[in-house]
Amino acid sequence: MVTAAELLSTAAFADGKHALAFPSFGSERMGAPVMAFCRIDTGAIRTREAVTHPDVLIVQDPTLLHQVELFAGLAPEGYVLINSTFSVDDLNIGEVLKSLPSDHVCVVPASDIGMKHMRRPIANTPLLGAFAAMTGVIELASVQSAMRQKFPGALGEANAAAAQDGYDHVIASLAPEGSGVHHARAN
Amino acid sequence: MCTMRAQIEGSQAVAEAVVLCRPEVIAAYPISPQTHIVERLSRMVKQGDAGRCQYLNVESEFGALSVLIGASAAGARTYTATTSQGLLFMAEAVYNAAGLGLPIVMTIANRAVGAPINIWNDHSDSMALRDAGWIQLYAETGQEAADLHIQAFRLAEELSCPVMVCMDGYILTHAYEPIDLPDQASVDAFLPPFSPVQVLDPNDPISIGAMVGPEAFTEVKYLAHQQHLRALTLVPDIADSFEQQFHRGSGGLYRAYRMADADTVVIALGSVIGTIKDAVDELRDEGIAAGCVKIGCYRPFPTMQLRTALKGVSRVIVVEKDLAVGIGGIVSADVRMALNGLPIPVHTIIAGLGGRSIPAESLKQMVRDARAERLSEPYFLDLNMRAVDEELARRHEQRRAGPLAEQLIRTMNAIGSKVS
Repeated sequence: MVTAAELLSTAAFADGKHALAFPSFGSERMGAPVMAFCRIDTGAIRTREAVTHPDVLIVQDPTLLHQVELFAGLAPEGYVLINSTFSVDDLNIGEVLKSLPSDHVCVVPASDIGMKHMRRPIANTPLLGAFAAMTGVIELASVQSAMRQKFPGALGEANAAAAQDGYDHVIASLAPEGSGVHHARAN
Repeated sequence: MCTMRAQIEGSQAVAEAVVLCRPEVIAAYPISPQTHIVERLSRMVKQGDAGRCQYLNVESEFGALSVLIGASAAGARTYTATTSQGLLFMAEAVYNAAGLGLPIVMTIANRAVGAPINIWNDHSDSMALRDAGWIQLYAETGQEAADLHIQAFRLAEELSCPVMVCMDGYILTHAYEPIDLPDQASVDAFLPPFSPVQVLDPNDPISIGAMVGPEAFTEVKYLAHQQHLRALTLVPDIADSFEQQFHRGSGGLYRAYRMADADTVVIALGSVIGTIKDAVDELRDEGIAAGCVKIGCYRPFPTMQLRTALKGVSRVIVVEKDLAVGIGGIVSADVRMALNGLPIPVHTIIAGLGGRSIPAESLKQMVRDARAERLSEPYFLDLNMRAVDEELARRHEQRRAGPLAEQLIRTMNAIGSKVS
């Protein structure tokens, strides 16, 4: 999660934007809930306050969905991206998210994509590809180049391919049934 | 001059900046949130990327600074980093380094001091040792943290006085932001090789650290004080020369923001200044003449400089990430002294303790409340009074009410990872 925020900020930086990424470390034990944040702006970012009203929420561990108040403070036109093999309705969060535009909510089997490319359930890099597709805030190529920079060699390539899959998954799931037309934000 | 702008973590930038200063001995003991700095430094030394620098793994913070006292006295450029309980554990050596006039540079990755144990940011640690004889500089951004280290070595060595560079734990140490790192040639041009005023040399033996009795102790302390005050001239001089060479403003005694016609001024140290600047801009949009002063150098305290900068304002609000239990503010007491005799009320705001976020909304409301004279003294920003009252009532009912920290966690239904 912390790496995802870092990579996101590096990608935004490469796109010529200003970015500030920071983690919120909790208890120092495996499995403790971890949050990380990234602010992206066209101008310099001065504030250091916590992010309490995100525009985009990426949920890497779906078991948190009903444990923590994840959606508190989410912007009315905000985006939600969830790592799961279930649908929004199966996850039982349709009611909470019904006020959001339908193309602002995506579920991506990111851990499965991670298994496919990295042989480990790494969800963060597929989710970043999905983030690029869903929001258009950063370019897929910038995310991929941030991954190659962070993990030189085969690992970087595997992560970049996973990001591509995450990206494609969102494009496919947001495309109108049978039209084959890509989502407008995906250009 | 060539620089490399990169999206980089504050800790990595500081480690890079320290290596650019060509340190010769680094000794440190890891402790969150300082760890990323010393991990990077030990790796750079091990990989041969830090010249002839030696990195010593020590058994404690007390050991770390004690090693550096010896190394610095032998003429080496020395560096360490710590935080919180680690700084307190080395406290005896902290005073000794200053008393011996050794120009050691130390990063404080500011963190709260327990109990209750808390790994998050506030200024309790460096404030506890503010009067130990070290110069204290506070960084606003990751960029300034990196830059201050380059300035700190020059300052320390010109004055023969150790310098703490304080940077907010997590908020600056763990944030990824765009940072310019200078190249080696320009740092070399800015920072000459260390030429110590006293060196321990086996071929020409002397002893330093004599016992001083009542006949001379006051004079030794008086001269140390005078020497410290020289930093009030040197700090701005070094910041100016840094700006000339690197083309960006970093460091200095203090920095004013929208102060020209300000009537209400917010004073603070460290990374919260960024949030305060945003709040000041928004207050200006509401028609409130707010301004901000960042204290960059806290020891020595720029008393006369602040007095001049604040003359004519209607009120001053000091936002401080520390608490002197039993009296209130620490920084605000110094600001009151600087304004002694001037008709300017000074409010003490205790904020951001143990990592609590300081939101711009709360700062704006604080300014409005100060102008309406609605602030209690000292004022605890975003204090959850309901939780406090509940706990007080519970303690009133039963004498053996149990440990306070555990009970309040239950009351607040807080989880360890929550940020606010």
